[in-house]
Amino acid sequence: MMFHRFANPTRFLRFAAVVQPWIAWITVILFSLGLYLGLVASPADYQQGETVRMMYVHVPSAWMALFCYTGLAAACAVALIWKHPLAELAAKATAPIGASFTFLALVTGSLWGKPMWGAWWVWDARLTSMLVLLFLYLGYMALNNAFDDPGRGAKSSSILALAGFVNVPIIKFSVDWWNTLHQPASVVKMGGPAIHGPILAPLLVMSVAFTTYYLWVLLIRIRREVTANKVRALQMRQATRGEQ
Amino acid sequence: MSGFASIVRRDLHLALRQGMDSLMVVAFFVIAVVLFPFGVGPEPNTLARIAPGVIWVAALLSSLLSLERLFQADYEDGSLELLALQPIALEITVMAKVSVHWLTSGLPLLVTAPLLAVLMNLPEEGFRPLMIALLLGTPSLSLIGAIGAALILGSRRGGILLSLLVLPLYIPVLIFGVSAVDAAIGGFSDKPQLLILSGLLVAALALCPWAGATAVRQGLE
Repeated sequence: MMFHRFANPTRFLRFAAVVQPWIAWITVILFSLGLYLGLVASPADYQQGETVRMMYVHVPSAWMALFCYTGLAAACAVALIWKHPLAELAAKATAPIGASFTFLALVTGSLWGKPMWGAWWVWDARLTSMLVLLFLYLGYMALNNAFDDPGRGAKSSSILALAGFVNVPIIKFSVDWWNTLHQPASVVKMGGPAIHGPILAPLLVMSVAFTTYYLWVLLIRIRREVTANKVRALQMRQATRGEQ
Repeated sequence: MSGFASIVRRDLHLALRQGMDSLMVVAFFVIAVVLFPFGVGPEPNTLARIAPGVIWVAALLSSLLSLERLFQADYEDGSLELLALQPIALEITVMAKVSVHWLTSGLPLLVTAPLLAVLMNLPEEGFRPLMIALLLGTPSLSLIGAIGAALILGSRRGGILLSLLVLPLYIPVLIFGVSAVDAAIGGFSDKPQLLILSGLLVAALALCPWAGATAVRQGLE
């Protein structure tokens, strides 16, 4: 009876098995290219020196943190409105990845801030809102795991994820709204990027690499969730059969 | 609208009969604020500087403390299911419960706040914005908190989970509540912050009962 729910996920699993090695190879190639461009081929900044290379990790992970939360909220909306089982799994699988990207952005930002601003941490609008984003991810994951019935946890945490989505535009525009220490948007803005070509190229390559890496890990995690659900369904079946 | 009024009357009756709950919220509020002069020292200028923030954070935490029982008691004895079966929309029931939460926790905080502001040596021009900001902010806290209180129904370790869910969402209210008072003390207009706080309240009024009702429905499934 439980199995009709996985009709669609089964098709997804077949698709994932084909796509996953491709994504893995693309990720490896892009990462090697991006790291070569970033660490060897690009010049050091005239002001920031070698520390500018921190950007090739910091900026993509901050982008991915927001991207993952947006994806999480979208998956949660789909799960709540159309009750699509795969969307629930995608949301659950995205949360830890997004939380890791947020953590990485905060840590690299902190390491970058020490030589540039002279402080590991400042209570600036963007830093603070990123920290809030990390708490939103943690809250989502905690609520998802807080119920004995996994379906109930998925639904409750979906509502929370949608409520927390108000934070994403605040983070994105915080550097434009408040005049703070963190520099304003320099890549995606009106009138083209304000970053010089040899530095921009590795940044963009690394961003694409981070995105494919996310997709790769997401596929692995969704496959794991589907398998775990199948195991649970089989165990339930066995348990009810044992009672009869 | 009579359904709304009767739920408010019922919950107020329950709160008043048990009596102690509102008092406990106020007592926590007072004690939490009084801890700060011990922690940072009784120097009047320091206290005046941190007064708005301390009062707001303490108000936030006191409001959070009473949130857990917003739906929990009714959920455990099954009356929440009966309330959900009523012919009135569940959103209105949630709104009624939120109103009672504000009346039994937000309003007592509002009454106590000036006294604590005196204890914390808040400059005179900070009193008016502090009161208006609390008047606009505490209903938002109750509304936002209702979502969290409904989400944790039937979960393990509800109380700690609730603070992790709700406190990040409280931050905008805290920021603008404190900066309104700070602006007034610094000699600037507090109008923009108070307008943003009213905007937050209106948005919360529109969205939170709906989200809370959805969460209650999930909890009752």
